[in-house]
Amino acid sequence: MSLRLDGVSLVHANGLRAINDVRCEIRAGEHVAVIGPSGAGKSTLLRLMSTALRPSTGVVQVLGTDPWHIKGRTLRQLRARIGMVYQAPPLPARQRVVTAVLAGRLGRWPACRAFASLLYPADVAGARAVLARMEIADKLFERCDRLSGGQLQRVGVARTLYQQPDLLLADEPVSAVDPALSIRIVSELIRDANARGNTLVASLHAVDLALQWFPRIIGLRSGEVAFDLPPGEVTEALLGDLYASEQGAPVAGGVPSRGEFGALRREPGFS
Amino acid sequence: MRSAGGRWIPEDPAALPRLALTVLMVVLLVPGFRLTEFDPGLLFDPHNRLIMGRFMGTFLPFATAPDFLRLILKATLVTLAMATTGMAIALLIGCPLALLVARSLSVSRIGPGRGRLLGSVLRVPPRLLLMVFRSIPEIVWALLFVRAVGLGPAAGVLAIGVAYGGMLGKVYAEILESGDARPAAALLAAGAGRFSAFLYGLWPVALPELLSYSVYRWECAVRASVIMGFVGAGGLGQQMDVSMRMLNGGEVSSILLVFLMLVMLADGLSALLRRLAA
Repeated sequence: MSLRLDGVSLVHANGLRAINDVRCEIRAGEHVAVIGPSGAGKSTLLRLMSTALRPSTGVVQVLGTDPWHIKGRTLRQLRARIGMVYQAPPLPARQRVVTAVLAGRLGRWPACRAFASLLYPADVAGARAVLARMEIADKLFERCDRLSGGQLQRVGVARTLYQQPDLLLADEPVSAVDPALSIRIVSELIRDANARGNTLVASLHAVDLALQWFPRIIGLRSGEVAFDLPPGEVTEALLGDLYASEQGAPVAGGVPSRGEFGALRREPGFS
Repeated sequence: MRSAGGRWIPEDPAALPRLALTVLMVVLLVPGFRLTEFDPGLLFDPHNRLIMGRFMGTFLPFATAPDFLRLILKATLVTLAMATTGMAIALLIGCPLALLVARSLSVSRIGPGRGRLLGSVLRVPPRLLLMVFRSIPEIVWALLFVRAVGLGPAAGVLAIGVAYGGMLGKVYAEILESGDARPAAALLAAGAGRFSAFLYGLWPVALPELLSYSVYRWECAVRASVIMGFVGAGGLGQQMDVSMRMLNGGEVSSILLVFLMLVMLADGLSALLRRLAA
């Protein structure tokens, strides 16, 4: 089992309940897309899976371990096996692409190797290879602030691919890039996951991408799982309900209030 | 502004707090001026003006005797060396402490994990150490070290090292915390250690600011080494002390001119380094 969430809730410090009683299991090697309207809790759910957030109640098990009952070295080793692609790649503007990509392995490198790699890049060939898969190998020694948004996002993806994680989480990886590049990035994430057998969980704004590329779709609304189905069974009606608050009268702050669509919630099937 | 019940209420909700803060600051300043016996009128008192004028009058012409110039050239080199070696020691003290103190490198901060409280407790001793180092003025450190290592620039070097180590540590930590913390947080979340996360996530973000502050501190160290010369730490300060005691205004003004050139040098250096690091 790659991921197990059991009755997981997350209440932010300001009292806002972002995730409410989510149960789901994701087996090793599965590809799952999480869809849902803005503010549904997709990012929060992924951050819970990445061990960046601790659930208020419930149990999160990542790669067979409860991250909140281990610490120090063991936790670091677990985190090194979890890769995250961010919506806005967290790369320092002045850093060179090669350094940004190699930073993907910092979780496995001792500090002295990390330091030495700043003086001379430790694995130029590896960085070039992974950038080539994103079609930006020519930017290897360019500085990150000289890249366009789409190029920068590809560097962010390349870093996470270079990390070679057992669990790859992607938080809106293509929401800021053009459609052609979106397909390029999503297909590369899937291809890599197939080749290495790692688990892939991606939150996506574009429903068509999710339905086209992922064998399992989790619909998230108001922090709760609305449905958990293969794409063939995700009907127009289900999608209509999922995004109801966005199409209808906007709810204050764009965040649908909890319980508003409670009647539609159903237990996720552990297919 | 709109009127409500005959009273003017600003539409911007921040306006009233801002006004209150401004009034508060002015009110607090008044006793400050009184406590410091600040009275600009004294500057224009004819008697005081005469005494000042006489002192300033001796400043020109500049002293240009070859012997004296050789003397201040050597003193300048001593001062520069004192400031630079002092800064080197300050870096040795300040950098590790800054890394210990900076909250943006807290592993437990990503996710309110266990050890968060422990982390904040562990950060207290280095924070206190930094405070002690910088709360004692470098001139007092110099007086202390002059007793330990005797008269001469070595005492100044140690004084700058300790006092500036405290300042560098505090400000470096603040610079590291004020920069974009996301790159370092992302690396920590992917299992990187603190030092690796600093090297790859914080260092490239903070480098220009760290550089410009360090050069500014070096400039301050040059000035501080001059002041410490007055208590026997050698260099330009000691030279200036001698010239002042002998009421030799020309020598004093020549030395002041050297100070100006040193500050200009620091300014140029700072601009150059920041351009290189941009």
